[in-house]
Amino acid sequence: MTDWSPILISMKTASLSIFITFFLGLLVAWGIIKIKNDTIKSILDGIFTLPIILPPTVVGFFLLYIFGIRGPIGKFFIDYFTIKIAFSWTATVIAAVVMSFPLMYRSARGAFEQVDSNLLDAGRTLGMSEGKIFWKVLFANALPGIIGGGILAYARGLGEFGATAMLAGNIAGQTRTLPMAVYSEVAAGNMGEAFNYVIVIVIIAFIAIFVMDFVSIRKEKQWK
Amino acid sequence: MSTNSLKVDIYMKLKEFDLDVDFNTKTRRLGILGPSGSGKSMTLKSIAGIVNPDEGFISLNIGGETIYYDSKSKTNLKPQKRNVGYLFQNYALFPNMTVEENIAVGLSSNNDDKRVSEMIKRFHLEGLESRYPRQLSGGQQQRVALARILAYSPDVILLDEPFSSMDTFLKEQLRIELGNLLNDFDGFSILVTHNRDEAFQFCDELIILDKGQIIAKGNTYEIFENPKKVEVARLTGCKNISKIEIIDDYHVKSLDWNLILEVSKKITSNITHIGIRAHDFVEAQKDDINVFDTNMSMKIEKPFEWEITLANGLWWECDKQIHDHDFKIPDYLKIDPKNIILLEE
Repeated sequence: MTDWSPILISMKTASLSIFITFFLGLLVAWGIIKIKNDTIKSILDGIFTLPIILPPTVVGFFLLYIFGIRGPIGKFFIDYFTIKIAFSWTATVIAAVVMSFPLMYRSARGAFEQVDSNLLDAGRTLGMSEGKIFWKVLFANALPGIIGGGILAYARGLGEFGATAMLAGNIAGQTRTLPMAVYSEVAAGNMGEAFNYVIVIVIIAFIAIFVMDFVSIRKEKQWK
Repeated sequence: MSTNSLKVDIYMKLKEFDLDVDFNTKTRRLGILGPSGSGKSMTLKSIAGIVNPDEGFISLNIGGETIYYDSKSKTNLKPQKRNVGYLFQNYALFPNMTVEENIAVGLSSNNDDKRVSEMIKRFHLEGLESRYPRQLSGGQQQRVALARILAYSPDVILLDEPFSSMDTFLKEQLRIELGNLLNDFDGFSILVTHNRDEAFQFCDELIILDKGQIIAKGNTYEIFENPKKVEVARLTGCKNISKIEIIDDYHVKSLDWNLILEVSKKITSNITHIGIRAHDFVEAQKDDINVFDTNMSMKIEKPFEWEITLANGLWWECDKQIHDHDFKIPDYLKIDPKNIILLEE
């Protein structure tokens, strides 16, 4: 009998993490392109890109160091809220966000930089507020690229394994996501069970890409 | 009306040169003429508040004074608050918005619809309301951009090379449209261009900018008639400019054309060059003053003029009819002493 809880956990983790990553990525990308000092810009860019360059287990190691019960943030949450972050479901979300963030950030930044800066200045001289300029001009015109980044980030979050294993572990019914479940079943020699999970992952991935691609292509066609 | 003025006094360090511009204009239609990369656009952008100068002062006086920028009192009005319309070289229409949405974008939601339809009518955009900018011709795009600016009732309109990326036919049509529009507009307009025809047509007063410095300012006709400086002469379209040696008060030797020429104004010691406009030569007899022969000339036929390059390097442009294809270059040409422009470096 296949245990379906990894599907639910993975869906919950991937959904919440893409939600966080999406907006965090946009915000950071916007902040970075506004920085005029090139040195500070490239240092910050390096830091924000690091998780995708480092091996996932190394990222997991750092995360465990920060969010573990003796780490600065982990200790703070235990002391003041009696919440244990490491090896909880929250940890799967943190791992997925950190690992998928660079993809979202870099895609959004690239898409923002493609938008003609005259458009932003035009908005300013026409009296549009900075917030309105961000959403109606910058975001709207960068949307195809942003959605592309969203797809990549979603896929990365769904498939996250290494950092999740380090920070969240592999606790059945709690932190065992689909990739974890595939690994566990194969390790236990249950190839059939593993195959079920693989099928589910492939289907989810296809649907996600199809839906997001469809939205972005339609939007783009409308004004091109 | 007569007390209205726009005061600009800015300094900014740029990569290639320092921009140092200082003017105070009461003219409704001002032009800034200069070669590309002379700081023209930077000046406009500073007035709009899109870029900030390193130091200086910018204010608009219509009824009362509004200080846009003052480095001493650390005043820097946001571009949103300056009420300045900026026509970008590429128009900067929002590609994701329809014509209607583009025009409405700067309006507060109250009287939107009425104002937008008013603008659509005024700029002959009926039937195009729900099109996207990419589906419009260059001329329609410019009209939408102007409608979008005027919907917002600006005090100042800044035009950044509005015709630079257009073909000749469209350019001529739009020049007429824009000319009418600027005549009706009762705020200030500043046109930035490297094209002398546009500057001459649209502007009552001109500022000539070169490498970030103002090299001439004043009435447009006066600047064209008496450019005074070599660079100004060149920018106002003087094709023949030569270094000179002064012979006496009224005679010079042109070093580039190897001619001795008589001039009508007394030559002062600061004069280093002379200029002759290509249209100013006339047919002559051998013994007239300021005469030279036309041996070894080359002619190029254009639809409405002949362009003749003389052996000594002078350019002569001579009007013709479209159906004339034959032209005998006269044996001798002369230049009236009063048409020789005295210039200093």
